[in-house]
Amino acid sequence: MRVEFLWWDGCPSHPEALAELHEVLRSEGFDPDVVERREIETDEQAARERFPGSPTILIDGEDVIPHDDGEPFSLTCRVYRLRDGSYSATPDPDDVRDAVRRAKENR
Amino acid sequence: MTVAIREKAPDFTLPDTEGREHSLQQGEVAAVVFTCNHCPYALAWHDRILQVARDYDDVRFFAINPNDADRYPGDSFDAMRERVERDGGWPLPYLRDESQEVARAYGAKTTPHVFVIDADGAVRYAGAPDADHRDPGLEAAWLREALDAVLAGEEPARAETEPVGCSVKWRQ
Repeated sequence: MRVEFLWWDGCPSHPEALAELHEVLRSEGFDPDVVERREIETDEQAARERFPGSPTILIDGEDVIPHDDGEPFSLTCRVYRLRDGSYSATPDPDDVRDAVRRAKENR
Repeated sequence: MTVAIREKAPDFTLPDTEGREHSLQQGEVAAVVFTCNHCPYALAWHDRILQVARDYDDVRFFAINPNDADRYPGDSFDAMRERVERDGGWPLPYLRDESQEVARAYGAKTTPHVFVIDADGAVRYAGAPDADHRDPGLEAAWLREALDAVLAGEEPARAETEPVGCSVKWRQ
């Protein structure tokens, strides 16, 4: 399973999101060291990498939270919704867990 | 650099989403919140801040969006208007700082970045609304604590906290 963690330094949410991703991987039986971290530093790179905001987590190339087609690719903090409907700067860990489990089932 | 605690708060005259101009008023306690439309931190704290505005009718509140709308179209004046309309109105004016001069004068770093100003026009609190954007149960406790102290003529227990959020999007 390939796990990519894309982040931009201008948004302070990435350490928390990475720690939660590591915890989910650990609890699902994966080595957290599988995570490939990639810093996005320019708008050009954001467009090239189809980066909708920081942080973005890809599992086997799929975004754990599909983003809107109309969403621009740029250096910005990404808006997530937690399962209770509230806004967050990081994805709901249960959504990340579901994405990991889907990837496991598809292997 | 962020305006220092006990320094005079920079005055401003800025338009709200209906075109009315707003300024600080001498003799009134005020809360100035730099915020925006596109940032998850600002969105997460938004309802808590609005509730504080509803709860303190003896305080004048201002929400100010200073972000560069060329790079972040979601923060344009039109988008601000649409948001307030969609919400059926806000209990505080949502002001546009197009020139970014007000944000620079305050030294706003993030959205949100909160400032509490006493009736003499001095900044008495600067920082985050509370300790965690993901915990609505905190109810913007640091902002409320500062307002309660200033309204009682006392020193806020926490005069400064680290603002947490998206960086203000300055024009390049």
